[in-house]
Amino acid sequence: MVIRNIFRRRSPVALSFLEMAISYLILIIWTGVVLFPLYWLLVTSFKLPIDVNMGPFYLPFIDFQPSLHAWEYILVGDLANDTRRNYFNTVVVAPTSAILALLLGTAAAYGLTRFEYRPRLGIILSFLGALVVVVFAIVLGAPWQIAIPAGVALFIILLQTVARRFQRTLKNSDIAFWLISQRMLPPVAVVIPIYVLFQRLGLLDTHAALIITYLAVNLPIVVWLMRDYFQTIPVELEECAAIDGASRYRIFWSIVLPLAVPGLVATFLFVLVFAWNEYLLALFLSGAKSQTLPLTVAAQNATRGPQWWYMSVLILIMIVPVIAIAIALERYIARGLLVGAIKG
Amino acid sequence: MTTERVSRSVLADSGLGVETPTISAARPVGSRIERWAGNVFILPAVLVVLFLSIFPLFLSLSLSLSRLKFVKGGFEINFVGLANYHKLLFGSEQDHFVGVIASPSPLGWAFFLGIVAFLVWWLVRYIRTGGYGVVSLVGRVLTAVLLSLLAWLLAHTLSPGGRPGTVVVTLLYVFIGIAVQYALGLLLAVLTTQRLPARRFFRVVFLLPMMITPVGIAYTFRMMTDTDKGPFQPIWQALGLGLYSWVNDPWGARAAVIISDIWQWTPFMFIVLLAALEGQSVELMEAALVDGANRWQVFWHITLPQILPVSTTLILIRMIEAFKIVDLPNVLTNGGPGTATESMTLHAFIAWRTLDLGGSAAIAYMLLFMVTFLSMSYVNILRRRVVEA
Repeated sequence: MVIRNIFRRRSPVALSFLEMAISYLILIIWTGVVLFPLYWLLVTSFKLPIDVNMGPFYLPFIDFQPSLHAWEYILVGDLANDTRRNYFNTVVVAPTSAILALLLGTAAAYGLTRFEYRPRLGIILSFLGALVVVVFAIVLGAPWQIAIPAGVALFIILLQTVARRFQRTLKNSDIAFWLISQRMLPPVAVVIPIYVLFQRLGLLDTHAALIITYLAVNLPIVVWLMRDYFQTIPVELEECAAIDGASRYRIFWSIVLPLAVPGLVATFLFVLVFAWNEYLLALFLSGAKSQTLPLTVAAQNATRGPQWWYMSVLILIMIVPVIAIAIALERYIARGLLVGAIKG
Repeated sequence: MTTERVSRSVLADSGLGVETPTISAARPVGSRIERWAGNVFILPAVLVVLFLSIFPLFLSLSLSLSRLKFVKGGFEINFVGLANYHKLLFGSEQDHFVGVIASPSPLGWAFFLGIVAFLVWWLVRYIRTGGYGVVSLVGRVLTAVLLSLLAWLLAHTLSPGGRPGTVVVTLLYVFIGIAVQYALGLLLAVLTTQRLPARRFFRVVFLLPMMITPVGIAYTFRMMTDTDKGPFQPIWQALGLGLYSWVNDPWGARAAVIISDIWQWTPFMFIVLLAALEGQSVELMEAALVDGANRWQVFWHITLPQILPVSTTLILIRMIEAFKIVDLPNVLTNGGPGTATESMTLHAFIAWRTLDLGGSAAIAYMLLFMVTFLSMSYVNILRRRVVEA
């Protein structure tokens, strides 16, 4: 059956033999481009330092004698405790922050497609004004115990006076744009204040600090992708449920979410991979206790030069779970990402 | 006003600006918790973003306007106004941040004048259509002026004798990277949507690089680019280049960073374009083929217009992400040789490491400004084309 499908030209879209050969050639070349660095990681992880330093060796057992020394060092030897702890940290931080981002972001995206929000511009401007004053006061040396109550008082005064003059309201699209635009924020622009914030709260070098930060970084992209998705789901079903007396939370939970599974899965994978692999923020916010795996990889570039064999092992054990998840969910990814833009 | 206008166009572009249906009419107002449903849905996200983006953003702004000084038993922060920005743009850090300016080659002039001509044409066409507001006209003029300025900068720092600073290097990473990633991603997606056996295998394999931590990719490519012990050493020898290390050449090093970035992010382009291609209508394509159109015509006139909306959003997402590039140059080349491969984020990170917090925040702010401005211009210029296409 399969063979017949290959050789029969079913429609004008089908390819001639030559076209097929060229297509395969390109696909196979790119497969090589993708797989060769991964193959090199794999063989390097079985090399002794001397095999790496003697120049390139390609084939285990023929070019060089494979050794398990790096795997032993990482998994049961000297570094085993670090590896286990950092692996555990990553396994806690990445999925937790991804699930939280998905939860909050999906709810916000749903709200933005199905409700009308009219926040008053005056209130927002008063709030931002008060916030600016407080931040500047604290930076210029005022104690926060005084600055924050003063800021609250200022906010209330502004609300009662100036804000009443501004009757303009924002719309849903403005809120969505504001949320999405937060993704434009380079992490390096906010990481120092976040560092100070967590230091004050005593949360530095904890899982919570990383989870909260990744949540904030990933929320915008979840809102962006899921909002696109919800707009493709017809609203009639929800209207029926509402007439039958279902509450809005129930509608969201038992009607909308099940319909959005492909989008949810694709978005989840996207934010999970980001949190799993993130390096810069983790570098700032985690110390010895809450280190994640990217930091362990970077740490193998020691004073004796990069320890390629250890690094290769770490990179490999780091990508295995993500790749397993990706292969399992592959069919959702294509259907889920950017589907709103595709249909629209 | 300008932001609001642009915001709407961003949303329209990504398919976000659709009329919002409400279900409020279908149901009488119930309990209090029911009435609050709208806020319950959106407030958690808004609060998180407010506290972890807006608040640090203001704090960063105030940091960028001050200088950290170490005194006995701690440090003090002094307000210095725009000194940090002045240092980057005109002062001691100018060579590092903006680059060394030299008079451009004829090619540089052609590039610069080409960009200016395009922007003038764009503005003139906009004005001649009429029906514009003063605010949006000012916004467009500003866009055109700033884009010309960037083109001027590119032409002057990339010419012989000049040296690109971190701004220009970041722009090169973003634009060259995205162009190649898009082209490659599209090619692979087109090939994979054909009815080939084993296409699922290709799909999974092509996805892999996206899943690897950028730090890991950077180290892997450091092995790949090693001309002494790397896997391509024999080829290098055969070409007679011996131990010449191309990563020690500024342009070679930049190319290495861009190649690693392409290796990592082509999968993202690929997977989204694949979904877009599979969503297009096959009937239209078959009809055109039956009518005697060749494959290229079908691709150009039928497939490409259908995937254009996705492409704009996709490129916007990648652009926003690509500006933040830091792991690759940091590990792969350590920013060197000299500062040749430093991106803006890496520049800010290095400034932070030397405890120049104000300078670091100022660089970060310049980056934020540039990302926002370029994303907006991109959306603004492209929206027309998409609508007309």
